[in-house]
Amino acid sequence: MPLLEIKDLTYTAGEKTILDEFCLSIESSEVHALLGTNGTGKSTLAYVIMGCEGYRPTSGEITFNGRDIHDLRIHERAALGITMAWQEPVRFEGISIKDYLVLKNKDVNPSLYLELVGLHPELYLHRMVDKSLSGGERKRIELASILALSPKLSILDEPDSGIDMLSTQDIINVINLFKKNGSSVLLITHREEIAMIAGSASQMCRGKIVCSGKPEKVAEYYKSRKCLICDGEVCVYV
Amino acid sequence: MSELEELMKAFGEAGGDKGILANEKIAHLVASGHKILSARDIEGLEFDAKETLTGISAKVTVKEGIEIKNPVHLCFGILHKKGTQRIKMDVKLEKNASAHFIAHCIFPNAEKVRHIMDAVVEIGENAEMKYSETHYHGLYGGIEVVPKAVVKVRKNGKYFTDFNLTHGRVGKLEIDYSVEAGENAVTELIAKVFGHANDNIKIKEEILLHGENARGLIKTRVALEDEATAEITGITEGNAPGARGHVDCMEIVKDKAIAWAIPIVKVTNSLAKVTHEAAIGSVDKKQLETLMAHGLTPEEAVDVIVKGILSRLSV
Repeated sequence: MPLLEIKDLTYTAGEKTILDEFCLSIESSEVHALLGTNGTGKSTLAYVIMGCEGYRPTSGEITFNGRDIHDLRIHERAALGITMAWQEPVRFEGISIKDYLVLKNKDVNPSLYLELVGLHPELYLHRMVDKSLSGGERKRIELASILALSPKLSILDEPDSGIDMLSTQDIINVINLFKKNGSSVLLITHREEIAMIAGSASQMCRGKIVCSGKPEKVAEYYKSRKCLICDGEVCVYV
Repeated sequence: MSELEELMKAFGEAGGDKGILANEKIAHLVASGHKILSARDIEGLEFDAKETLTGISAKVTVKEGIEIKNPVHLCFGILHKKGTQRIKMDVKLEKNASAHFIAHCIFPNAEKVRHIMDAVVEIGENAEMKYSETHYHGLYGGIEVVPKAVVKVRKNGKYFTDFNLTHGRVGKLEIDYSVEAGENAVTELIAKVFGHANDNIKIKEEILLHGENARGLIKTRVALEDEATAEITGITEGNAPGARGHVDCMEIVKDKAIAWAIPIVKVTNSLAKVTHEAAIGSVDKKQLETLMAHGLTPEEAVDVIVKGILSRLSV
C-alpha cells in the first residue's frame, strides 16, 4: 500500500481547472521529484494534499496510509505525519528560531537541526523568525523545522528557490537526511540536479502528470520542453 | 504584613524580582496609593518625592555626564479594591546622562481604581533614557489607567519607551504621549496591550520631528478578544530636513472585538519623510496554516502568534 495515494484529483478555481484528474502514488521512504514549469499546478497540489483553506478538491481521492484524509484539517493531517515547507515561508514576530524549532516537540535539540541546514547555532538560535532574516536563511530554518518534526511525508515546495547555487549541496544533504530517516518526500523543484537525488520523478503540465519514471528520464523530457498537453509541440507554458 | 511587604508580594507573584529593594546599587521608589513606602537614590541620581492628597509627586534628575548602570525601579500600586492614585513625575536627564527606568504598576485587586500618570520628561543633549512600563492587573477589569507624558528630546538625545499590559484585564486604558525630537534625536515609542472582555483601549502617541535628521518610530501591537475595543492613533510630523518617521500598528482581532487604527502623518519640509503601515484583522492565514502544518491545533497556533507579537522579543 502506498503511503500517499492520489486518485483522479480535480481542483477547480472558478472556471479554471488547476488539477485535472491527477494521479500520483508515493511509497514509504520514497523521494519523488515533481518537475514542471510555472503555473502547472505544483504548488496547488501541495496545498490540496496539506489541506489548506480554500483548497478542497472538487473531486477525487487522497489517502494517506490507506486512510481517506478528505475531511481532515491541516493539523489533523500533520498529526498523521504529513507536513509541508511553503515556497515562501512566512515570518513571525517575537518567535525566536530556537522556540520555532521546538514548537511541537520540546525534546529536540535545535542546535543540531540548524547545523544540518548549514547554519551556525550560536549565530541563529536567538534570532527571530522575522523579516530580519534573508529569504535563503528563512528557507533553511523552515527546512530545519520540518526535519525536527520527523514527519512521514514532507512536501517541499521549491526548497532550492532563493538559495544560492553554491548552497545547492546543503539542500541535497537535507533531502538525503529525510531519506536516511525513512521519511518520504514530495520534492517540487525546477532544478534538475536536485531532482536527480529522488528515487522517482514526474513532470506536471496543466494539472496532469505527463511523464513519470526515473529522474534522469523525466529531467530529459522536461528539458526537451515538450509535453503531451502541447501535443508534441514546444510547451507554450514555458 | 506591612503594606510594603504586601505590595512586594504582589510584585513577586507577577514575576518581579523582590531583591531590588535590598540592593544598594539599585535606585528605587515604591508607592502604594498616596504613600511613599520606600525610596533610594544613588550617586548621580536624585529623587525628590512627596506625598500629595491624591498620590505622589516626584522629581527625578540624572546629573550631567552620569551613566546609571543598573535600571532604576519605580513601583506604583494600589492594593485596595477602590482608590485613586495620581502620579506626577518630572524627569530630567542632564547633558550626556543615561538611565533606564523600569516602572511596575501593580493593581491586583482593582474593582474601582484610577491610576493617573502625568509626566514631563526632558532629555538633555546626548542623553539617553529608556523607560519600560509593565502593568500587573487583576481579573476584575475595574481599573482605569491614564498615562500622559510630554517629552522633549534635545540634540543627539535618545528616548525609548516600552509599555506592556498583556497580563490580566486592561480595564480602561487611555495613553497620551507627545514627544518633540530635536536635531539628530532618536525616539521609539512601543506599546503592547492584550484586551479581553469589555476592556477599552485608547492609545494616542505623537512624535514631532522638529530637528534636522531626527528619527521617530511608533510601534503598537494590540490583541483583542471577546468584546474589547481599541483605538490606536499614531501621529508623526516631519518638520525638518532629513527627519525620518514611521508609524507601525498591528491589531489582531478575535470574537466580537473592534479595532481602529488611525495613522496620521504630516510633513512640512520637503526633505523629511514619514511612512506608516497598519494591519488589522484576524490572525494571518499563512502563519496559522504554517503552525498547523507543524502539528499545532488552531487554538495553539493563534496563541503562539499572539504571544509572539506581544512579546518583548518582537521589539
